[in-house]
Amino acid sequence: MPNPEHDPRLLLLSPQDNVLVVCRPVAKGETVRVDGAAITIAAGIQTGHKLARRAIAEAETITKYGASIGVATLPIKPGEHVHIHNIRSNYTASYSLAEAKAAFASARGGS
Amino acid sequence: MRGYPRPDGRKGVRNTLVVAYLVECAHHVVREIALPFRGRDVHIIGFPGCYPNRYAQTMMEQLCTHPNVGAALVVSLGCESFNKYRLADVIEQSGRPVEVLTIQQSGGTLASIRAGQEWIGDQLGALENAETVPMAVDELIIGTICGGSDGTSGITGNPAAGRAFDRLVAEGAACIFEETGELIGCEEHMASRAITPELGDEIRACVVKAAKYYATLGYGSFAAGNAEGGLSTIEEKSMGAYAKSGASPISGLIKPGDRPPTGGLYLMDVVPDGEVRFGFPNISDNAEIVEMIASGCHMTLFVTGRGSVVGSAISPVIKICANPETFRALPDDMDVNAGRILEGESSLDDVGGEIYDSVRAVAEGARTKSEALGHTEFILTYKSFEPVGPACLPAAAR
Repeated sequence: MPNPEHDPRLLLLSPQDNVLVVCRPVAKGETVRVDGAAITIAAGIQTGHKLARRAIAEAETITKYGASIGVATLPIKPGEHVHIHNIRSNYTASYSLAEAKAAFASARGGS
Repeated sequence: MRGYPRPDGRKGVRNTLVVAYLVECAHHVVREIALPFRGRDVHIIGFPGCYPNRYAQTMMEQLCTHPNVGAALVVSLGCESFNKYRLADVIEQSGRPVEVLTIQQSGGTLASIRAGQEWIGDQLGALENAETVPMAVDELIIGTICGGSDGTSGITGNPAAGRAFDRLVAEGAACIFEETGELIGCEEHMASRAITPELGDEIRACVVKAAKYYATLGYGSFAAGNAEGGLSTIEEKSMGAYAKSGASPISGLIKPGDRPPTGGLYLMDVVPDGEVRFGFPNISDNAEIVEMIASGCHMTLFVTGRGSVVGSAISPVIKICANPETFRALPDDMDVNAGRILEGESSLDDVGGEIYDSVRAVAEGARTKSEALGHTEFILTYKSFEPVGPACLPAAAR
């Protein structure tokens, strides 16, 4: 459902959430509306990814669907991409293809 | 809807002939046997291990006597440990035609291939022209799985599948959701939906078991592609996956191969019991699909964000694409476009209704995309389980 408080490309799943889900990509430099306020996007964010609804402190719980999905490992600015570079699980570690690719590239570069 | 009646009272939505290898050493012969029957309902299943495993035996017995199966050709090398005598007896007792070929006693590869093809040729006509009888929604068992999940799965495809589940359960079907390793963080909420407090305790315990099991392995049920698609943690993936279960009360907790004793919503515990052995609980999505089929699922609702293309042997897979960009990239592989919800074109209820209608259409014989493309993936590996406790099943069934 479109919410006049938020850019139509952003979805708030639960009122207590501190992240919004990106339904259609937002590009670097664009201004988007979050809780009625204009925020400039520092780095582009793809569909299915999350951005911060407000400033989030290091060690603060990340809430999506009204439930904890992990904690911040760094301070996060409003509108910033919220992902594995700045949050972690309270259960088990997450792995990404980008990490594997970077590790492969550095290993090959070093040999 | 119409189904193929079976002597045990169940009904099938397909009349498939399975060709089963009982050890990897018989796999090639089985592939060659099935080759000329491409495009017809002849599916390969099997167990690759040479050493006995009670779970694999039970799974193969349940699969070969699944309501969607009309006949079974069992192919043994001859020196493996699998109890083919018991398997053949179970199939025969179920009233299905069965033939056991032992390669070492049948003249080797070529002679076994010829004998197998001849037997299938003798059976297929009758299977393809078999009579059907009326079938109702309350005779269906439907499973759900998500694979290749991304940040859209949990907000479009999974909750839409949940809506379809709610309607199917309300009409008396049995619905199964699973993968307790992907429900870590949802245990209290699931326990609150259990029909008895004792079942709630069993559900909590099975998620604790899953969390411990994955902790011992050193990694969770979280693939690299999940992170590429915007999911950051296992809890986030869990919350999205959990939406597939809908909002019905949870009637029971079953294990792979256990049949839901009544209609209702069931959680399947797929994480082995006891100490960690035999490796990762489910090494890929098809391992989970096979376990739900062994519990009687007539078809599987498969929600994907990144774009899985798999189908399954025995029971059709309905592919629900959560991500509109993926749907546009892989249109030939997807049955339902749940990504419309993200683009504001449809509601969750609309897509849930479409999924429900697809279930009925597939039960009436319509081919899913993966079926039409010939996808019949199958995988079965080693596991060990203890039977479920008495609090796990609804009182009416005890």
